[in-house]
Amino acid sequence: MADFTQNRSIFIKILFVSIPLIMLIRLLFLQVFDIGGYKQAALGQAIYMKKVYAPRGIIYDRKNKVMMNNSIVYDLVIEPKKINADFDTAFLCKLINVTIEDFRIQLKKVIIKNGWQKPSSIYKNLTPVAVARLQENLFDFSGIDLVEHAERNYTYGCGGTIFGYINEVSEDQLATEKYAAYQKGDYIGINGLENYYENILKGKAGVQYLLRDVKQRIQGPYKDGTLDSAATPGNSLQLYIDADLQKLTEQMLANKLGSAIAIDPKTGGILAFASGPSFDPTLLTGSNKGGNLMKMLNDATKPLFIRAIQAKYPPGSTFKPLTALVALDEGVITPSFGYPCGGGYYACGRRIGCTHSGGGHARNLALAIANSCNSYFCHVFRLAIDSKKYGNVHVGLERWHQYMNDFGLGRQTGIDIPHENPGNIPDSNYFNRIYNNNWNSCNMSIIGMGQGEVELTPLQMANAMCIIANRGSYFIPHFVKSINGDSNHVALNKFKEPKVVARIADSSFEYVIAGMQAVIDQGTGKIAKIPDVAVCGKTGTAQNERMINGKKIKLQNHSMFVAFAPRENPKIAVAVCIENAGYGATWAGPIASLMMEQYLKDTISAKRQGLAKKMKDAKIIPNYTYILDSLDKQMAREKEARKHMSKDSLNRINASRDSLQRKNDSIRGAYLFNKVYGIKIN
Amino acid sequence: MSFKAKSLIERLDWQMIIFYIVLVLIGVLCIYSVEHRSTDTSFFMMKNNYMKQLIFFGISLVLALVIVLMDSKIFTSIPFLGYVIGFVLLLLALTPLGKGVRGSHSFLNLGFFTFQPGELMKLFTALSIAKFLSLQNTNFATLRHRVICACFAIIPALIIILQNETGLALVYFSFFLAMYREGLPNIVLVIGFSILGLTLATLLIPKNYLFIILSVLAVLVLYSERKQLKRNKELLFVVASIWFVGVLFSQVLVPVAFKHVLKGYQVQRIYTMIGQDVPQEYTREGIDSKKQNASEYNVSQSKIAIASGGFFGKGFLNGTQTQYNWVPEQRTDFIFCTIGEQFGFVGSTVLILIFTFLLLRIVTIAERQRSQFSRIYAYCVAGILFFHLAINIGMTIGLAPVIGIPLPLISYGGTSLLIFTALIFILIRLDADRQMVLR
Repeated sequence: MADFTQNRSIFIKILFVSIPLIMLIRLLFLQVFDIGGYKQAALGQAIYMKKVYAPRGIIYDRKNKVMMNNSIVYDLVIEPKKINADFDTAFLCKLINVTIEDFRIQLKKVIIKNGWQKPSSIYKNLTPVAVARLQENLFDFSGIDLVEHAERNYTYGCGGTIFGYINEVSEDQLATEKYAAYQKGDYIGINGLENYYENILKGKAGVQYLLRDVKQRIQGPYKDGTLDSAATPGNSLQLYIDADLQKLTEQMLANKLGSAIAIDPKTGGILAFASGPSFDPTLLTGSNKGGNLMKMLNDATKPLFIRAIQAKYPPGSTFKPLTALVALDEGVITPSFGYPCGGGYYACGRRIGCTHSGGGHARNLALAIANSCNSYFCHVFRLAIDSKKYGNVHVGLERWHQYMNDFGLGRQTGIDIPHENPGNIPDSNYFNRIYNNNWNSCNMSIIGMGQGEVELTPLQMANAMCIIANRGSYFIPHFVKSINGDSNHVALNKFKEPKVVARIADSSFEYVIAGMQAVIDQGTGKIAKIPDVAVCGKTGTAQNERMINGKKIKLQNHSMFVAFAPRENPKIAVAVCIENAGYGATWAGPIASLMMEQYLKDTISAKRQGLAKKMKDAKIIPNYTYILDSLDKQMAREKEARKHMSKDSLNRINASRDSLQRKNDSIRGAYLFNKVYGIKIN
Repeated sequence: MSFKAKSLIERLDWQMIIFYIVLVLIGVLCIYSVEHRSTDTSFFMMKNNYMKQLIFFGISLVLALVIVLMDSKIFTSIPFLGYVIGFVLLLLALTPLGKGVRGSHSFLNLGFFTFQPGELMKLFTALSIAKFLSLQNTNFATLRHRVICACFAIIPALIIILQNETGLALVYFSFFLAMYREGLPNIVLVIGFSILGLTLATLLIPKNYLFIILSVLAVLVLYSERKQLKRNKELLFVVASIWFVGVLFSQVLVPVAFKHVLKGYQVQRIYTMIGQDVPQEYTREGIDSKKQNASEYNVSQSKIAIASGGFFGKGFLNGTQTQYNWVPEQRTDFIFCTIGEQFGFVGSTVLILIFTFLLLRIVTIAERQRSQFSRIYAYCVAGILFFHLAINIGMTIGLAPVIGIPLPLISYGGTSLLIFTALIFILIRLDADRQMVLR
């Protein structure tokens, strides 16, 4: 049979070659030129980059007791959009031991909070049992995952204000330069040592490349883990803190507004650092951290306010040794200088009261310190700034200001936790402004006794004690002794060099120290006596007042006490301040004394256990703290409202101003009530 | 004659046999690479599909041996009987005896073995067309015999469409390749391509514009042929009727087909191929967006896997996308992804070239046959293989719509492997007797 169509086999061959050719061209574009960006899409699918969190550095106390370590906790993360009809809610709830109702409520909450799309943690810090059960059954569920992260453990249950806490880095922080290297989900230190030593504590996260299948199940390492990098744990910190002393101090500051600091004068190392009211640091961990923080922030007693470095007080009589030192160094007095105090200082026309009268209680410097004579120190302060050397009180005040700066006052000391307050030491500019350039030493004589414009933080008071204990030098107060066992770590360099204060003669210090020992031995601070230890201290009872509705209202005195011990070769310097608690010797003195005893003798003697118990149990928070707090909040609200003022909100503000007036009246009423009936603090 | 003196072994086309074995082994390794886990202790794990495929390879070799040992005359004597049996089986699958799998109703359960009569029917259809066209009283130049021949392919295809296996049904159109070789007039192809082009234009161009374009084209043709028109008034009628059919097709037929004949997922797949969203008018109720996106998802996952292979590929057993089920149906329809990912552009090229050489080899074999039967049968086999290859690889790289047909000899599946083995080895057996005239 003739075959007329044989040439058609050519066309068929052409077809058989051309179609594969088209495929090859298409593959060339897909695989070699990567048109369409499919290669990138592959990276995000099967290869899963798992971040291996680095444990943060462990924190030890001076005796190598662990004060802070890590534990791994698991959060249940849910992706609401991936939950479908197959999702076995009842089974999941059984696994993690919650009720279905609760699960529904929590789910609604996270959807409201983070939206439908975003994965968000619905239950935090699952129990180990729940984690184990869930891990086994995780693949039965779509849209949920277990996410591990490190949690900090405050193993001694104290030191919340020292350590601070960690939190997930926020979107806003990620945008800042400081946290540029961080990623979402990373934890950063907030406050305290966690914040200050963030770069040292954080360690380096590792990366694990894993393969996962289409159901997101992990199938094993990618390329046998050759690309993985291990996590490097953060460096450990060893502190000067004495864990037992810290614990005792915090116990004694429970239910009191105030702070207590103990420093080793020889190194500047902080032995104890507490702010009252002290709180349980475990509140800063766990699933309820956010709520706890909110609660504490809104608490009228402001437990998160680190009073030890953030609050500033008129130092009261605890300032007198410094006044004496300046006067001695200026040569305006000698140790035998006396002042005939008759119960008040009248030289400036207005009476400044003194608790003692007659009897030669200010016969010489030592006695004046021991008896805390107000007249004596007002006078001595005036002598110092009116010194003929300078000819002019302006110059004299500037010189005094310089002394104060040298003592570490009126500026930040440089402690290794953030948010330190510089305190306040007034200079001549300040007085020029207040008194319109027309002032003399009489306008500020009460500064000599630690009242008036001078305001110190408790840390500065403790540091001043170190200076006296060291006879004229100090180290920047700091917590960290060594980093990873290396005490010469570069981050600690600035704490190593001694700061010499104004080159005041040793003899001047000895005279003042003699007076301070007399305070303990026979003066106002007898209660702080420790057997066999030469304690040098100074009580303080700082008057304080508050502007309320344009009127100055006097509040209950702050109880202050500063001390160091032993007199020779001092080992500990302390400053204690209890707000609105009355005389320095009543509350601050015993607390400081017990702290020194605990540190020097490692225990509290049986005789003084009762005193310690009394200190721990006392609740010294005046009622008006709460009223003042609500007043502050009301004012803050008003200020905020004024910012966004509009016509109709103006009316609302006027209405609320009336209620503010009523509130002020009630505060004055409460104050008068306290004044008349006295605040029972014993 | 020296040819006859040669033994059967010598007369076999070993080139074809080698192509066959290489392709099947590549297939087994591809399935192995999908199922392999680094935790596996041994290659020989019976529960795995690559082992099943190996067993089917063994069975296929036995089948191949049986075919080779058979007398080649038997293949010219059984076609119509086989066609009838196959046809009955095909109908049986539609009855309650048949078994439904994922929406289709094309399987027949024989108790010990489940198979698709539609697959088997490919073989008998190929043989029957070859037989019919090589009959002495068949004249392919007549319209009547052309229609009968086309019916051999179209009738099973229609039944298979009823079984909801559109992909398999479309394979039957590959027999037109053999018919083309045997003298199907070009005009049929022109009409075929015109329909295809018109369909695409209908999908891509808004109805009204298309109407205007068609009308303008018709007027232009008439204008350019105005001299012819004066002589031959019939031309006007022809052009007008073509124009009318074109308009009818684009304005009525395609929309009706898309709305009522084709299934929702098929419409979706066609639109996926041309890169368009399904227009509102063709979307069906009851097909949620998830399902609509399924084929789109398959193709994009497949493209991701293939593209991630790059030039040289990730290496054997290192296919992260294919090994962890990122690509759906990767043992069967999307097996080409495993080659693309693990062996990259180089490996894909090699595989496609092997297939191309196989196809060209079949054409060469076809053209050297003395008997028309063997030649037509060879073209039928080439057509089937070519159609499978073009559609299967085309869909994995987004050139063809997703219709579920396997990659010959590579994809996992016992029936498919056995049928292709039979197709190829019958060809080899016929070729061994190429000097004989078989009728």
